[in-house]
Amino acid sequence: MDSKLAMYVLKRILLAIVTILIICAITFFTMHAVPGGPFNSEKALDPLTIQALNERYGLDKPLPVQFFNWMKGLVQGDFGVSLKNGREISAIIGESFPISAKLGLMAMGVALLLGIVFGSLAALMRNKLPDRVIVFFSTLFTAVPSFVLATLLLLVFCIKLQWIPVWDANNPSYILPVIALAAYPMAYITRLSKTSMLDALGQDYIRTARSKGVSRTKMIFKHALRNSMIPVITYAGPQIAYIITGSMVVETIFTVGGIGSKFITAINDRDYTMIMATTVFLATIMVIANLICDLLYKAVDPRIKFD
Amino acid sequence: MNTNENKMPKKSLLSAQIDLSKFEKATDEEKAQQDVMSESTTFFRDGMKRLFRNPLAVMSIALLGVILVLIIVAPMIIPYGYEEIIKVDGKRDRGAQNLAPFEYSELEQQYMEKTGEKLFPHILGTDELCRDYFVRVIYGTRVSLTIGLFASIIVLIIGLIYGSISGYLGGKADLVMMRIVDIIYSLPDMLIIILLSVVLNERLVFKPGTLLANLGTNMISIFIVFGLLYWVSMARLIRGQILSIKENEYVLAARSIGAKPARIIRKHIIPNCLSVIIISVALQIPSAIFTESYLSFVGLGVKAPMPSLGSLANAARDGIMSYPHKLIFPAIMICVIVLSLNLLGDGLRDAFDPKLKR
Repeated sequence: MDSKLAMYVLKRILLAIVTILIICAITFFTMHAVPGGPFNSEKALDPLTIQALNERYGLDKPLPVQFFNWMKGLVQGDFGVSLKNGREISAIIGESFPISAKLGLMAMGVALLLGIVFGSLAALMRNKLPDRVIVFFSTLFTAVPSFVLATLLLLVFCIKLQWIPVWDANNPSYILPVIALAAYPMAYITRLSKTSMLDALGQDYIRTARSKGVSRTKMIFKHALRNSMIPVITYAGPQIAYIITGSMVVETIFTVGGIGSKFITAINDRDYTMIMATTVFLATIMVIANLICDLLYKAVDPRIKFD
Repeated sequence: MNTNENKMPKKSLLSAQIDLSKFEKATDEEKAQQDVMSESTTFFRDGMKRLFRNPLAVMSIALLGVILVLIIVAPMIIPYGYEEIIKVDGKRDRGAQNLAPFEYSELEQQYMEKTGEKLFPHILGTDELCRDYFVRVIYGTRVSLTIGLFASIIVLIIGLIYGSISGYLGGKADLVMMRIVDIIYSLPDMLIIILLSVVLNERLVFKPGTLLANLGTNMISIFIVFGLLYWVSMARLIRGQILSIKENEYVLAARSIGAKPARIIRKHIIPNCLSVIIISVALQIPSAIFTESYLSFVGLGVKAPMPSLGSLANAARDGIMSYPHKLIFPAIMICVIVLSLNLLGDGLRDAFDPKLKR
């Protein structure tokens, strides 16, 4: 068993490393397929200058060598400089990622907590009024794109009602961005945990527990809820990907200076070094998050086989 | 010849021949018991019956039907085009900018008073470039639905071929093919989509006037991206189905009489996993519409002046303070389409996948 577990962990880690390498390669070679170099600007530079610049940044070398050098920089935490403002990209990521991470984790926490509570409530009160209300709203929220929800929240609460101040870097209010970001995963988790709770409640061990006189509260929390959490955990891992990509939109709308909005700005500016760096950075985070979730999930549920 | 009393030849001792005289003829009443009274039903018809008993599914079919009729008929009735700037009496009407729903510009009012002719109302007003907004929303719906449908078909075809080959071959080939799927599956799709769209936008150049050029590079790159990335979950699903179906006796029977693998896949395996395929296609369309609207948000959606629901909603964010209705209408359209496709997909699953029913 132990060697099997070790093999499994090793295999997953290898797969994650291969994935990250592939992402790096895709990013590098797609960005280099874009016509024009970094020194093409409105002012025509004299060819000698361009040659000197190319030599200085190693751009005269063949592509595989450039790729290797770029990868070497990445491993050492050197993401290069932004083409637009010449700043170190690692510094930009360093100051913007904590904001995004805080926002994303808060949103995920809210989504998980409320989603599980609402889902379990709906399952326990099946076909009664609370169930119908919860199902209605969770179905509705899975159909609203986050940028629509974010814009409406901003319009209603910040501008029309003025209850919540607009985002300010010194005095940030996370409420609205978190709501906008959490709405979709919350709705999804609600639906998921409702189905799995119903499934768990119909199992034999629940009947056994009831028949030997276990109280309803204990039955729900000790037996049904724990077993109904498994599909939710499976979903939560990949959902981190959604939170990060979804946060690009939400951050831009609420003018939160997180890494997502930096990524969108880079795309609109065609700031290729910045696009490359943020893609690789975000993708690595997602792959690692997925890996951790996968391993945790196998650790939580002893019934899962390692193969 | 030796015969017995019933004119039957005498049996040898070990013969298994049946003596007919020992049987009675069935009466008409007994024959009637064997008649099938109810109409015979197929799996498909049975599922449809269950589907139409589900009120939510029926409602979403009706809604989708209304939307389909609307996007087909409305452009025929309304005298404005989606990229047409409003003209009154052949002259460009500069006053027709950002009109409220059902409002006429001054020039239009003067024209109507002068000639007594009734101009077609701007049902949702006009946009900042003096174009009729209702027509743009209708065309946006067309574009978004087309993207959803085509993207799903691309995903379906690639996933179907890859998944059925992998599932049918099994063994080493399956292992290698599924590792490839694992890797593609763990790529962060939205990031790769954005990356590819950025490059394809610069790289893809079509001859003007051809069909591809009319679609616009962004639309093509959305399809390419879907074709490259989104087929993996479909391939996984179909492989799983095939792995379980190919263990059935009828597949063994077909193989034993010499049917070729392609025929077995086509005739025996695919029809049996059809319901699962239909359901996941129904659920794929809204996800494609969502993806397109996010790409529009990043500025990588369909090419202007062609509208999509995502690009309309996104463009409306600039004037959100003064003209909130411009965001509301395309947003409602997205919600209604996605909602009814989701509900229809759920309904189809309940109706056609009895294993998942509770």
